Amino acid sequence: MTAPDTLPEAWQSELLASLAPDEQLIAWLELDLDDHLEFRPGLVTLSDRRLIATGANDTPREAWPLTAGLKLTHHDHAGVGTLELEDGQGRLALWRYTLGQSPAALRFEREFVRQRDSVASGQPPLPAVAAICPICQIQLQPDEEDCPNCIRELHTPPSTWTLLRIWRFAKPYQGQLIAGFLLTLAATAATLVPPYLTMPLMDDVLIPYQNGTPIDPDKVAWLLGGLLGSATLAWALNWARTYILALASERIGADLRTTTYEHLLKLSHEYFGGKRTGDLLARIGSETDRINVFLSLHLLDFATDVLMIVMTSVILFSINPWLALVTLTPLPIIAWMIHLVRDKLRTGFEQIDRVWAEVTNVLADTIPGVRVVKAFAQEAREAQRFREANKHNLEVNDRLNRIWSLFAPTVGLLTEVGILVVWAFGIWLVSKDQITVGVLIAFLAYISRFYTRLDSMSRIISVTQKAAAGAKRIFDILDHVSSVPEPANPVTLPPLKGGIAIDKVSFRYGNRAVLHGIDLAIAPGEMIGLVGHSGSGKSTLVNLICRFYDVTEGAIRVEGIDLRSIAIADYRRNIGLVLQEPFLFFGTIAENIAYGKPDATRAEIVAAARAAHAHEFILRQPHGYDSLVGERGQSLSGGERQRISIARALLIDPRILILDEATSAVDTETEFEIQSALNNLIRGRTTIAIAHRLSTLRRADRLVVMERGRIVEIGNHEALMASAGAYWRLYQAQTKQLDAPPVLGENSPSA
Amino acid sequence: MKPTASPFTLSRNSFGRLVLSDAAGLAHAGIVPVRAFGITAPDYGISLMSADGKELQWLENLDVLPDDIRSLIVAELAQREFVPVIRRIASVSSYATPSTWQVDTDRGTTALILKSEEDIRRLRGTDNAGALLIADSQGIHFLIRDRLALDAHSQKILKRFL
Ligand SMILES: Nc1ncnc2c1ncn2[C@@H]1O[C@H](COP(=O)(O)OP(=O)(O)OP(=O)(O)O)[C@@H](O)[C@H]1O
Ligand SMILES: [Mg+2]
Repeated sequence: MTAPDTLPEAWQSELLASLAPDEQLIAWLELDLDDHLEFRPGLVTLSDRRLIATGANDTPREAWPLTAGLKLTHHDHAGVGTLELEDGQGRLALWRYTLGQSPAALRFEREFVRQRDSVASGQPPLPAVAAICPICQIQLQPDEEDCPNCIRELHTPPSTWTLLRIWRFAKPYQGQLIAGFLLTLAATAATLVPPYLTMPLMDDVLIPYQNGTPIDPDKVAWLLGGLLGSATLAWALNWARTYILALASERIGADLRTTTYEHLLKLSHEYFGGKRTGDLLARIGSETDRINVFLSLHLLDFATDVLMIVMTSVILFSINPWLALVTLTPLPIIAWMIHLVRDKLRTGFEQIDRVWAEVTNVLADTIPGVRVVKAFAQEAREAQRFREANKHNLEVNDRLNRIWSLFAPTVGLLTEVGILVVWAFGIWLVSKDQITVGVLIAFLAYISRFYTRLDSMSRIISVTQKAAAGAKRIFDILDHVSSVPEPANPVTLPPLKGGIAIDKVSFRYGNRAVLHGIDLAIAPGEMIGLVGHSGSGKSTLVNLICRFYDVTEGAIRVEGIDLRSIAIADYRRNIGLVLQEPFLFFGTIAENIAYGKPDATRAEIVAAARAAHAHEFILRQPHGYDSLVGERGQSLSGGERQRISIARALLIDPRILILDEATSAVDTETEFEIQSALNNLIRGRTTIAIAHRLSTLRRADRLVVMERGRIVEIGNHEALMASAGAYWRLYQAQTKQLDAPPVLGENSPSA
Repeated sequence: MKPTASPFTLSRNSFGRLVLSDAAGLAHAGIVPVRAFGITAPDYGISLMSADGKELQWLENLDVLPDDIRSLIVAELAQREFVPVIRRIASVSSYATPSTWQVDTDRGTTALILKSEEDIRRLRGTDNAGALLIADSQGIHFLIRDRLALDAHSQKILKRFL
């Protein structure tokens, strides 16, 4: 992007002509929209002294010399990015682009700032800083324009070659796979023996008998024995290969699934934020299964069929080349016709897949939200929605079944026609004494076998495509690098004292800046109260401290070490986190409390529960600590859930305790009790507590007041009250409510 | 409806931003007009929001405004609204997602990347049952007013994704 020699060709001649002889191109930005928001190419260029716009808007070319007062700002809305050029007096120009250009625009803006400052100060420009992928926040290499991961995920449609990547998982089972293949070879060969034996049975036994020769019992016994023997052999070999290959493919599938899941768990919040649960469930659950079935069933059958056709052809040609040729010629034609019909069916089947998703989506929407459905008495509407989804399903199925019902009879007809051709040509050859009746019968026995396989063989294309699509979706997960990467050489973490240094931290979710220049040093053992309006960025700051996201700018350090250079799990072991939305797993209360420390003793669990004031209500449950709390803790009240998650955080005895609205759902009295219990535990532990109810934070050493992503005030309660600023206003608002609680349904008395 | 005197005035400053002066004479720069129902009922309910996201004025209907104010709002809306209407689907790179579509829209021809079929939504609440909203990988929304009114080629392609 910054190297002028790759300037897009279309612009080159036009632009270079307009430059002064010693003028140097620094950077450019290709635009894909004009200022009426129509798709039209344009270009903004930065030279070492000017900003030049070409063809973007209605004016053909404009240029602005770089001066200190020039400012470039960008913002975006609904997928359109806007770059505005301003000086102190007003707006000079405005350019539009779609968000795909946004990384380039950010880079352009940075280059502009460097160049402008250099022109203004007369110094050479500062060195460039590494860019960050706006989608996954990963640091890009200096020469990378776009994040290779996100781009690949976006642009590569599934390809059949993706399936080859499964080899990575198949490799450990190489031995079994080879054994399976050899068994397949042998089994297929064994199944080809019986038709061969029909030849002597016809020519040497039955036909001579009709011509008056008596039947030789020994010969018949031999031949029948051979038939039985080869059938038994084929049975045993088939059993062995199916078993071995099924074992191997099941294991490959299981490895694929667990590896994907393990990798998924390592991905950041960012990734989960952008994906639907149902989609991830489907990828790990049914897609791996589909690949599994593909490997163990379709691929295996296909391989067997191919082997059979090859071997049969060899046998047929060795018996009679002419008849073999006639027998095999219709095969490719019939296969092609079957494939054509299948292709028609495939789009139908795809459609059915999607309609099914629609049906399950209705269920997935309603069942978790059933309380809302019932509360608003919308059962009838939801039932109607389900009925409609099913109706759609029926319509699509009906349409498909019209073709589908034709399919099997058509294959049957084609098969009969093929066999007819063999009969006709065979009879002709027999009449010319070229072959015996036995040969003809053997040919017919062989050929009818693989006509029946043609249908299943034609299916291989569509199942391969489906499996490839599944493989792609799985490898999308596996190839995704976490936006919170594990350091390559993690620093070993010394025992933490609990101090945290937040140094000029800014953060954006994608393109949306949420935190700006946060500076805060937290001393070991200090209790910090974080307050501010809803949406001011409190939870976001806590997310950064836990390293759920990486800072966009600045750094967070513990013991002088940047969080990004510590192994993530090592660091998080030191943090006890109680979230705004407490989440309980399906299991007993004791299991939920001990989640962060599965080997905790019962005494420890009880102690933690006592500290969180959960002990008594737990004992009121039917089985005490062994009571089951259903999915998402549905059988507990909001405050009870919060107390269990406090106990969970306390149990791991963390150096840093983070309470994000941890007591918002309990009554003031219980909160006070928890508070007093916490006081003992908080001592000597760094605590960051977020609360809307300011009384909760009375004991905080320092209160940090946030407003729209910035820290606006720091100090203890008294100092902040005295300064009558943002905290004072928040406090006033709350105490006023306390003094004169508004009564529902009654207006406050007017003077 | 007959224009009535409005309780506020609107103007554009040299930075290209809208400035609203309210009844109390207070000026707010950087006003953003927002349609409340951008797609299903674009003409009902337009809100004038301040730069920090507070609603300053709710306008149920633009018709009652004086011409100069209305044209300022309409011009600003035109600058912010970007929902290209697809008129034809020329080709798609593959029927499996992600898929790149070449489309003709009312704003010129372009390419869009469809991340997954879920990004095509049937629109309810419009007059037209065949209306679809397609979100591309960059968050641009493309509209198909009536899929049954598209040409046969486009319909055939679209059907593979529905
Ligand atoms: N995953 C996300 N993607 C994009 N924006 C987000 C995301 N999470 C939060 N935000 C935005 O960031 C801002 C700060 O959110 P945050 O959760 O930090 O607020 P908060 O101070 O904790 O508010 P509350 O007191 O309501 O919990 C909000 O405007 C929110 O909309
Ligand atoms: Mg929060």
